[in-house]
Amino acid sequence: MSISVRIPTPLRKLTGGADEVAVEAANIGELIENIEAAYPGLKERLCDDAGEIRRFVNVYVNDEDVRFLDGRTTVLKDGDEVSIVPAIAGGR
Amino acid sequence: MNIVRALKCRECGHEYEIEPTHVCEFCFGPLEVVYDYDKLEGIFTRELIESRPQTMWRYKELLPINGEPTVGAQNGFTPLVRARRLEKVLGVKELYIKNDSVCYPTLSFKDRVVSVALSKAVEFGFTTVACASTGNLAGSVAANAAAAGLESYVFIPHNLEQGKVLGAGIFGTKIIGIEGEYDDVNRLCSEVAGKYGWAFVNVNVRPFYAEGSKSLGYEVMEQLGWKAPKHVVVPMASGSLCTKVAKSIKEFIQLGLVEDNGTAIYGAQATGCSPIAKSVKESTDLIHPVHANTIAKSLAIGNPADGYYANRIIRESGGWAEDISDEEVVAAMKLLAETEGIFAETAGGVTLGCAQKMIESGKLPRDESIVLCITGNGLKTQEAVVDAIQKPRIIGASLKEFDALAEADGVK
Repeated sequence: MSISVRIPTPLRKLTGGADEVAVEAANIGELIENIEAAYPGLKERLCDDAGEIRRFVNVYVNDEDVRFLDGRTTVLKDGDEVSIVPAIAGGR
Repeated sequence: MNIVRALKCRECGHEYEIEPTHVCEFCFGPLEVVYDYDKLEGIFTRELIESRPQTMWRYKELLPINGEPTVGAQNGFTPLVRARRLEKVLGVKELYIKNDSVCYPTLSFKDRVVSVALSKAVEFGFTTVACASTGNLAGSVAANAAAAGLESYVFIPHNLEQGKVLGAGIFGTKIIGIEGEYDDVNRLCSEVAGKYGWAFVNVNVRPFYAEGSKSLGYEVMEQLGWKAPKHVVVPMASGSLCTKVAKSIKEFIQLGLVEDNGTAIYGAQATGCSPIAKSVKESTDLIHPVHANTIAKSLAIGNPADGYYANRIIRESGGWAEDISDEEVVAAMKLLAETEGIFAETAGGVTLGCAQKMIESGKLPRDESIVLCITGNGLKTQEAVVDAIQKPRIIGASLKEFDALAEADGVK
């Protein structure tokens, strides 16, 4: 199934400037692999050496952080919207 | 001597030149100032520090500026109070209050971080400084900018305590109230910082700003007679202070200024905004952002930037975290005032109240030294206690009326 993925500004160099790309995937792990196949270099920006999503990269499925769903095994269904959002470092 | 080496990503380790930036371009992790401590060997001694004026700048080698500070040269060096009356009430042997409610010039520990941030901003050539704030930071940026002749913009949630709005506005800053919570203010400020080219103390100069908090830790150790405390209780908003107190202790140990005392670090939050305390209590390092709802507005950060690092420091040091209700916050503010004569803001109530709870639960031992970090002044959060204190009893200017009142009080 086709999932639309929103790409944040700092990563658009890797998607040829596209702010949104469509990827086939049944879960988040697969989505990351397939996005890497289409746009090489993206995976190392999103995941650490162990393949875990980096701490300051937030991946949302329809506005819910996948950390609070099932992480990389979070199941995707047709029409889901995935957003990649770098965490904003800031503080009081 | 400047021993700053670089900015380093806390996640992936990429290093960057010293410039106004705070996020790793590669993995989006936060950047931190790293130093070459070896250069201080044999030079940075207790004697040298003690020979300097009593300000936070007596530790300037460990703060990330070049040469002398240009902003806030008088800031810091607040009292460390032995809290003997509070010891009796809490049933503990050795308790101290680090009293930043009297920090110069705006009565909160933010004067420490701001003097570093603005001195650095001047070095970088900025002429306008700004911040996202829950109040104390706004006041401190406004005051220190005014004294340094810098333009300032401060962004705050629109519903802050009057004392904090006034305590910033008086300095002629441009004060902007944002409809939303602190986390909304913070998000907007990240966008403004990117667009306007200002020095946002807690956005693009945050790595330098945050280092200022270490001075609180240095002072505690020097004031204890060059000793690290056994236990430190710190209020948590973003969680930054927690990590910087830990860093200060580690640095002093490395430089041979104190011995390793196995210091445990404890975090305090209000239940209405306790994402870090909750993660510690649940033994996870996942911080679930919350919508804040507490009278401790200076701690009301629902999505804490340093939450993960604070969590890790607390758990690795053998400390703990706790949270208390708003009613308990008010009770603790009164207790601190009535036993030690210190009027702390709501965050101070959070710190004492959580310490009390951890003493009762046995998480904080009764027979070892404990330091409570009180970081802001109660005159700025009067709304919180106005209904909890005794109102003046009004009488005529006659001795007879006072005699009647004294008799009712049982005064002989």
